[in-house]
Amino acid sequence: MAVNYIYPEQEIVRNYDRCIACRACERQCANEAHEYLPEQKKMTSDDAKCVSCHRCVSICPTRALKIVRTDHDFRKNGSWDKKNIYEVYKQAETGGVLLSSMGNPLDFPIYWDKILLNASQVTNPSIDPLREPMETRVFLGAKSQDVTRGADGKIIPKTTPQLELSLPVMFSAMSYGSISYNAHESLARAATELGIYYNTGEGGLHEDFYVYGANTIVQVASGRFGVHREYLDAAAGVEIKMGQGAKPGIGGHLPGKKVGADVSRTRMIPMGTDAISPAPHHDIYSIEDLRQLVFSLKEATAYKKPVIVKIAAVHNVAAIASGIARSGADIVSIDGFRGGTGAAPTRIRDNVGIPVEMALAAVDKRLRDEGIRDRVSVVAAGSIRNAADVVKAVALGADAVYIGTAALLALGCHLCRTCNVGKCNWGIATQQPDLVKRLNPDVGYRRLVNLMTAWKHEIEEMMGGMGINSIESLKGNRLMLRGVGLNEKELSILGIGHAGE
Amino acid sequence: MAVTLNAKALGYQPLNDAVRAATGDIEITECFGERFIAASATADKKLLIHGVPGNALGCYMDGASVVVDGNAQDAVGDTMNDGEIIIHGRAGDALGYAMRGGSIYVKGDSGYRTGIHMKQYLDKRPVIVVGGCTGSFLGEYMAGGLLIVLSLGSGDEADVGRFTGTGMHGGRMFIRSKNPPRDVPEQVVYRRAEADDIASIAPQLSRFSELFGADKELLLTSVYWLLEPNSTNPYTQMYTNN
Ligand code: SF4
Ligand code: SF4
Repeated sequence: MAVNYIYPEQEIVRNYDRCIACRACERQCANEAHEYLPEQKKMTSDDAKCVSCHRCVSICPTRALKIVRTDHDFRKNGSWDKKNIYEVYKQAETGGVLLSSMGNPLDFPIYWDKILLNASQVTNPSIDPLREPMETRVFLGAKSQDVTRGADGKIIPKTTPQLELSLPVMFSAMSYGSISYNAHESLARAATELGIYYNTGEGGLHEDFYVYGANTIVQVASGRFGVHREYLDAAAGVEIKMGQGAKPGIGGHLPGKKVGADVSRTRMIPMGTDAISPAPHHDIYSIEDLRQLVFSLKEATAYKKPVIVKIAAVHNVAAIASGIARSGADIVSIDGFRGGTGAAPTRIRDNVGIPVEMALAAVDKRLRDEGIRDRVSVVAAGSIRNAADVVKAVALGADAVYIGTAALLALGCHLCRTCNVGKCNWGIATQQPDLVKRLNPDVGYRRLVNLMTAWKHEIEEMMGGMGINSIESLKGNRLMLRGVGLNEKELSILGIGHAGE
Repeated sequence: MAVTLNAKALGYQPLNDAVRAATGDIEITECFGERFIAASATADKKLLIHGVPGNALGCYMDGASVVVDGNAQDAVGDTMNDGEIIIHGRAGDALGYAMRGGSIYVKGDSGYRTGIHMKQYLDKRPVIVVGGCTGSFLGEYMAGGLLIVLSLGSGDEADVGRFTGTGMHGGRMFIRSKNPPRDVPEQVVYRRAEADDIASIAPQLSRFSELFGADKELLLTSVYWLLEPNSTNPYTQMYTNN
């Protein structure tokens, strides 16, 4: 008799007094956790198949279902918790490298939650954003270093290409392949309506989405999938992917079985072939080499588009960002260790990288100390959850932030963390047509617009409270931040005082 | 309209601006390391370059034709989509990086990582023919297209360094040599090319002879090793969902 070492993490609880056996949960679950028993005319379920995506809970007409975390546990043990024990079981059984998705779920400190914002009282009046104009617009790109005047004394304008954002938030890189067509359409349309940008990730750009090019950032990774002249021409900006917060030092490998007809078209590789983009760009071994890729993209786009370099937040991120600023890149994007992913080895996701709060503060300080802060814009990513995180990131020195997980949550993601399996019941992290159509782009795009509109109001309120009416005046304004419960070292890296100071 | 541009007088950015603005025959003189020439250039441009163009010649190129009468440097044809690059000398490292279409002919040797990430898609089948030998990691991560190394001028034994075909998962690679390649990973199989294999590359061999005056008969009757991905042994590291 087979012995199963693993007890399911969650239990499906059905209230049989309410269940009318309509079988909707059965139809909606791609994991086949629900089943109708015709003889008994009742539903049953298999907890082992449930991934806790809450699709059934959300559609059940009688609210008969809930998913609970199991209370089944091992004997209490300070060093061997259930997670570690089960991971050993899984590997002992399969010999496989553990694969996970979404961001690092472990209990590391979240510095956003240990930072508090300032507000004006008495002397420096706060501003009511409903009454007075507030500026949340930002421009990303290198800023002019000096002023040149013509013979007539007039300033000769020499602006480098900029990305104009109506609020300092963009949708981060998620490739077509890791997420669905409908998810991409929702992001592209929302970015267009909001006057911000979404990012194609490294999977190429579907021909249907070229019309959203003015609000699209296209990515160039080591494998160069889907990169060609028209792709670069279509975009507003080009991002070189050097690293990703969820898996620093690890590349992408889309297995051939996920490369169907449409994904093959955008990646420009034959159907069914592996798409391998290793972590290193094999033509980049130095900042000078990076400079070459940056300028090759600028040449290919006639210097009309800003070039972003995206790196994972790692130990010596400040020195790396300084090199990037000197490489000619217009924008550096820093992805913290909590950033999401469609698939990453568990060990890497859970153990590599540093918090973006620390990385951002260190990068901003380093660039200021070196007098090159204006040469690049800084975008922070990986764990931005709400408008307060955005405001804190800007005050720590970010020009803007990228959001990934928050955008997917707006589209219906329930953070079940099984994107790597490809059976997302919410139509997001899947290529299965029956599942993809559950995400209606008309609804999805609206929800994204709503979320960003709400955040914009909240950002304005927080700024107004501080007596600041332009986001530019908040940038790097660390006097507006105080730490709670942080030690001296943490405060000094963040460059902020403690509450009460 | 034919234009002649003096690279030395212009420097690389103005030179490339001028190339972008021009169409038809474009002749570049006194080229000495100017980078990114013919970046994303389309079929309305035909370049003839005297001297040594700098890195990333023809990057993202999309249909133009480029002839270099000397050597070229690194990353020639990076992410090239279409067109032809002919080099009457040697080429540097990462020749044809992630090239998806068009062809590159090099009369002499090329450097490390020749044909890295080369791929193919629908009717796009890129071709690289290197007349001499190459550095190590030939065809690294190669995912498609045709890569031919003729090793002319080095006896009948190819020197392509080590680790040929590391990460290769598509395309075909021919190496003209008496001896089989070394260090081929288990995900790649190699065998002596048969007559019909060689016949399949006859158009590229003829083009090479025609361009550089090589002995076509010799090329057609030599011993070649054909490397292809080993489909029974793919790169599927075993993963366990967690
Ligand atoms: S959706 Fe709700 S009511 Fe319908 S079968 Fe499932 S649990 Fe019962
Ligand atoms: S995108 Fe889908 S599969 Fe991934 S965590 Fe969200 S709900 Fe789960």
